[in-house]
Amino acid sequence: MADHILSMSNISKNFAGVHALRGVSFDLYPGEVHALLGENGAGKSTLIKIITGVHQPDGGEITLNGRQIQLANPLESRRLGIAAIYQEPSLFPDLDIAENIFVGRQPTRAGGQVAWSDMYREASKLLDSLGVHLEPKTKARHLSVAQQQMVEIARALSVQAKILIMDEPTSSLTLAEVDDLFRIVRQLRQAGTAIVFISHRLEELFELADRVTVLRDGAYVDTKLIADVTTESLIQMMVGRQLADLFPKLAVEAGEVALQVEGLSRDGAFQDVSFELHRGEILGMAGLVGAGRTDVARAIFGVDAVSGGTIKINGQPVTITGPQKAMQLGLAYVPEDRQHHGLILPMRISDNITLPILSEFAKQGWLNTDQEQQSAAVSATQMEVKAAGLWQRVRELSGGNQQKVVLAKWLATKPRILILDEPTRGIDVGTKAAVHGLMSELAAQGMAILMISSELPEILGMSDRILVMREGRLTGHFSRAEATQEKIMLAATQAVEQV
Amino acid sequence: MTTQPSTAPRQSIFLILARSREIGISIFIVLLIILVSLRSPNFLSLENFRDILLNISILAIVALAQTMVIITRGIDLSVGSMIGLVAMMVSFVVVEHQTMSPWLALLLGMAIGCMLGCFNGFIITVGGVPPIIATLGTLSIYRGTVFLYSQGTWVNAFEMPQSFKLLAKGTPLGLPNLVIFALVIAAIIYYFLNYTRPGRDIYAVGSNPDAAQVAGIRVQRIIFMVYVISGVLCGLAGVLWASRFEAAQTNTALGFELQTVAASVVGGVNIFGGSGTVSGVLLGALLLGIINNALTLVRISPFWQLAAQGALILLAVIVDSVILRRLQRTLTVRKTA
Repeated sequence: MADHILSMSNISKNFAGVHALRGVSFDLYPGEVHALLGENGAGKSTLIKIITGVHQPDGGEITLNGRQIQLANPLESRRLGIAAIYQEPSLFPDLDIAENIFVGRQPTRAGGQVAWSDMYREASKLLDSLGVHLEPKTKARHLSVAQQQMVEIARALSVQAKILIMDEPTSSLTLAEVDDLFRIVRQLRQAGTAIVFISHRLEELFELADRVTVLRDGAYVDTKLIADVTTESLIQMMVGRQLADLFPKLAVEAGEVALQVEGLSRDGAFQDVSFELHRGEILGMAGLVGAGRTDVARAIFGVDAVSGGTIKINGQPVTITGPQKAMQLGLAYVPEDRQHHGLILPMRISDNITLPILSEFAKQGWLNTDQEQQSAAVSATQMEVKAAGLWQRVRELSGGNQQKVVLAKWLATKPRILILDEPTRGIDVGTKAAVHGLMSELAAQGMAILMISSELPEILGMSDRILVMREGRLTGHFSRAEATQEKIMLAATQAVEQV
Repeated sequence: MTTQPSTAPRQSIFLILARSREIGISIFIVLLIILVSLRSPNFLSLENFRDILLNISILAIVALAQTMVIITRGIDLSVGSMIGLVAMMVSFVVVEHQTMSPWLALLLGMAIGCMLGCFNGFIITVGGVPPIIATLGTLSIYRGTVFLYSQGTWVNAFEMPQSFKLLAKGTPLGLPNLVIFALVIAAIIYYFLNYTRPGRDIYAVGSNPDAAQVAGIRVQRIIFMVYVISGVLCGLAGVLWASRFEAAQTNTALGFELQTVAASVVGGVNIFGGSGTVSGVLLGALLLGIINNALTLVRISPFWQLAAQGALILLAVIVDSVILRRLQRTLTVRKTA
């Protein structure tokens, strides 16, 4: 194999006395996909930020093409051919694709006049070389997340990036889009680009990566060829302990029907959705992003109006006019996008938790703050929220802990029916296991849980029964015993493949 | 395949309006012209249109300056006060120096405006004060300075030299100079915004400030620049204002900032930054001018003019949000399909 393009040895970084990285080594060959793996807080982000010049290491050595270098700032790093693509693309929505690729260094003619025709030609060439068919004059705001990532990759190519860092690029893509992305990543690898790939989805690493480096608690664990590891051994390296069972769903005798949905429709979103949800049951809802699963959840919770169908709770037909009504009926909905719909980031943990039940503490219009704090503390403890205190702002918490606060908030309403939308998206393995354990416990106590998830292992491991949606319709219904990845994927994608 | 934009030829009227605000306003303007000319035949005379153009020229210049500021997610509320202060100061100077070249007066006005704009930009970029607060402050400071400078007096038409009055009103090229000024400025700004890197950077900064920083654009410098440009153009506008109305008063251009924001917003400039075109803003100014003119011609009270202006702004903003919602829906549908 050729020499390292990038080699980092013994890198350390402290933030206010806390070790974020301790003696971490990482190297990269041209033409390899090197996965970086670790739980949230393991130091992946810090390492990435050092490579991209956002942070400077306190100790250690970085060499690029055998020459020792300092990465003093992001511009310096970019100049040396290092580009990064993040989970949330950062394009300019008002500018077109071509300009997004060349922003800040548009080709100019003599006299500084921006040469639009050159720019469009170059952009087309780059997009073609990626096999992406996008019109360079399209404004970025009209692109899907996947398309925006393609534009970012084109931007990286346009600066002749030798090192491309991809930080959870697949977390909001559909399966077809992931395939497309992987095709391009392989193409880049073929062309000799070194790629650092971060993902929480282990199966993706086995599909794409050549090597994997695992970090744990800011320390270097090991680097291995992907052929030499298994899911189990990777997880063990990440968490430093054996997870007996990643998906600890307790077997529970399903109780009476808690929620019955019949022929539910919402024009333009989903049609004729019918199912039953029993007490003590976790009902998994699988499907591709955009299949209408979230729309169903929102409709049941009264966020969006329905255009047809009936909802029965405990056998009684109900009309859910809004979230307020839904909560009175014992429903709780934990939305997918916790930052936008689930939490008020600048507020304290305790205020977030008690938000839906404030009226309980408000006798004669005055808040009884002692009672409020107590109730918040109970919920937070139950969820094992890790924070300096309940006064901490939610903004400062890690993604996993934020998700726990969202759950704590809805548990405080003591719901009988809990709808979870992608409950563990983007959180690390340890927190994930905690969330799964809690879900299982709640079901055992008799709660009825509807779980929307795009992760098949989660669906298969946690659900008693599984529904599959495709293009706004239910297309599959499996028991835990009969469900397999293949069956679910078939039900979720068949129509797409036929088109 | 999901990575290809759908090429379905389903072009709803909303998509067309979304693509081009100019078409929407143009249709509106044509309808308005037809309606008003039915009520009042005088409206269609060449003389009247000259009037309208004369009335909106200064508005167009300052609205374009305002537009650049708004594109960066800012706002310049001090434009009216800057115009008033420059008009007063330059008028005092030309009254003192009757033989002074009007072009020199113009340069002087722009230099004063430049300083005022620098002060705005300084407070906003170095001081970190939000633009709406910073320029609200300087709106009062600059207006107060007008009173202090003039000691409450004003400059009248008879005191001003003829050459200065002709600066705006002369017609050596057939059209009044004022209109030509506006057209030249618009052409320069059009070129600047579309064909120079600093111009493109203005859009980038407004569209996504964080990404702009990462892309190596000096964001603070661009923001400083737009307030300076705003100051310079207000300086120019102040001199033209004094020349056109042959007077400088303490209340010159009082409340003008609202009209400039109105012209921008009606012309399709997104109040949250990132987008806006020169042609849209010019049409926005034209629409405001036509409405004011028409309401006068069909003898509607000036109070209604204000209300009409307000209604128009609301209409523009509502149309914008409806379009945006429609767009989002078509996008989601496309994603589902």
